[in-house]
Amino acid sequence: MEADVTVIGGGLVGSCMAYGLARLGARVLVLDEGDVARRASRANFALVWVQSKGMGMPQYSAWSHGSSERWADFAALLAEETGIDVVHQRPGGFALCLSDDEMEARTRFIQRLQAQPGAPRIPYEVLDHAGVKRMLPDIGPDVVGAIYSPADGHVNSLKLFRALHVANGKRGVAYRPECVVDAIESRDGGFRIRGNWGEARSARIVLAAGLGNARLAPMVGLDAPVIPSKGQVLITEKVAPFLHYPMGTIRQTDEGGVMMGDSQEDAGFDTVVTNPVISVMAERAMRSFPLLRDLNVVRTWSASRVMSPDGFPIYAQSRTAPGAFVVTCHSGVTLAAAHALTLAPQVQAGALADELSCFSGARFHVPQAA
Amino acid sequence: MFRRLPDHNAETIRFTFDGAPLAARRGDTVAAALLANGIATCRATPAKGTARGPYCLMGVCFECLVTIDGTGNRQGCLVALEEGMRIETQAGARRAVAP
Repeated sequence: MEADVTVIGGGLVGSCMAYGLARLGARVLVLDEGDVARRASRANFALVWVQSKGMGMPQYSAWSHGSSERWADFAALLAEETGIDVVHQRPGGFALCLSDDEMEARTRFIQRLQAQPGAPRIPYEVLDHAGVKRMLPDIGPDVVGAIYSPADGHVNSLKLFRALHVANGKRGVAYRPECVVDAIESRDGGFRIRGNWGEARSARIVLAAGLGNARLAPMVGLDAPVIPSKGQVLITEKVAPFLHYPMGTIRQTDEGGVMMGDSQEDAGFDTVVTNPVISVMAERAMRSFPLLRDLNVVRTWSASRVMSPDGFPIYAQSRTAPGAFVVTCHSGVTLAAAHALTLAPQVQAGALADELSCFSGARFHVPQAA
Repeated sequence: MFRRLPDHNAETIRFTFDGAPLAARRGDTVAAALLANGIATCRATPAKGTARGPYCLMGVCFECLVTIDGTGNRQGCLVALEEGMRIETQAGARRAVAP
């Protein structure tokens, strides 16, 4: 066999898994699609976000928070190995509210989120207009208040993607693009993976193909019914730093551009940017920060992001084909540290921890009450 | 550095560059007006602060960025000079300012 583990998918999730496995000495092969892949890794909003995560599944709240706690160490590891600074910053983040109703709804939401049994106590503050203005002097009069959580942060996700590929290359991970997987067979305690490029064999496989997991998972007795969620983003010309904290829908990158996002639509695989959606996003951003009004938008884009039926990640090992794992999620940036430093070691050890059992795709098969 | 063609005799327009009063002619772009006055440096890059000046003169290279009447990141080669324009060196990244 040419590898101990084959990771199918070379986006952020697959690259993090490959990195974590290679750090533990595994011989790793990454099979990736080409440049035409639906690459949410290149189209995301780059938040390392915690405050609003996990309604309905407090374990997801804890998992996201745990990843955000490890993110600084993860960024330091990547910098040490590659010389690439992925510009991870954790100044805390704001969810701005533009009406009293929004403020009340958001406050109630975070209270209910943290009142769930087993939910972690993530620090947050409810701020009025004056409280927000002390930290974000450029807010407009329409900002009623905000939820601020010091747990939130952001990163340069394109540099993250690059750093992972460089680190993996240095660690001897074999990366093979243009290798769409057509079939996976479980045999003799290992896996045979085939496509029009040839075939590969390994003792274990990790399905980290994003939306492609819906097609691949059933080949090895797993279930990953993920569907595309269309996200649209605008970015302005680069300007001198003035936003020193990320918002859930507005952030200034380390290079100066102000990103506005981040819509969610059920639109199949359509990735056309649409004026009605981006104009609503821009209008909200300009009410939040009136000085955005005079800046030029230089690019807009949209991408098919990964969404499971309940929005939470899917992590599982196959019962019928042990050694086959599925790893798929919506928030590949936030969870990058957890995937590389927590989940990959579990795959290497051959068993997922009990605390992750709630993320199995089996949760989608609870018999429906008639 | 540059000399005007002898048959170009449009009306004179006055403007300032970094506060200094200068003159050019109607029909000039901002970038051309600067070059005609011997000014070859109009900005400092955000990354390293090195000096840059108008280059392609057709809207492509973005080297001629200047601040015009308080608005940064204007492409000097795509803006027609107007009477009384206040043109300034753009030092580093544009600053976002409240309208």
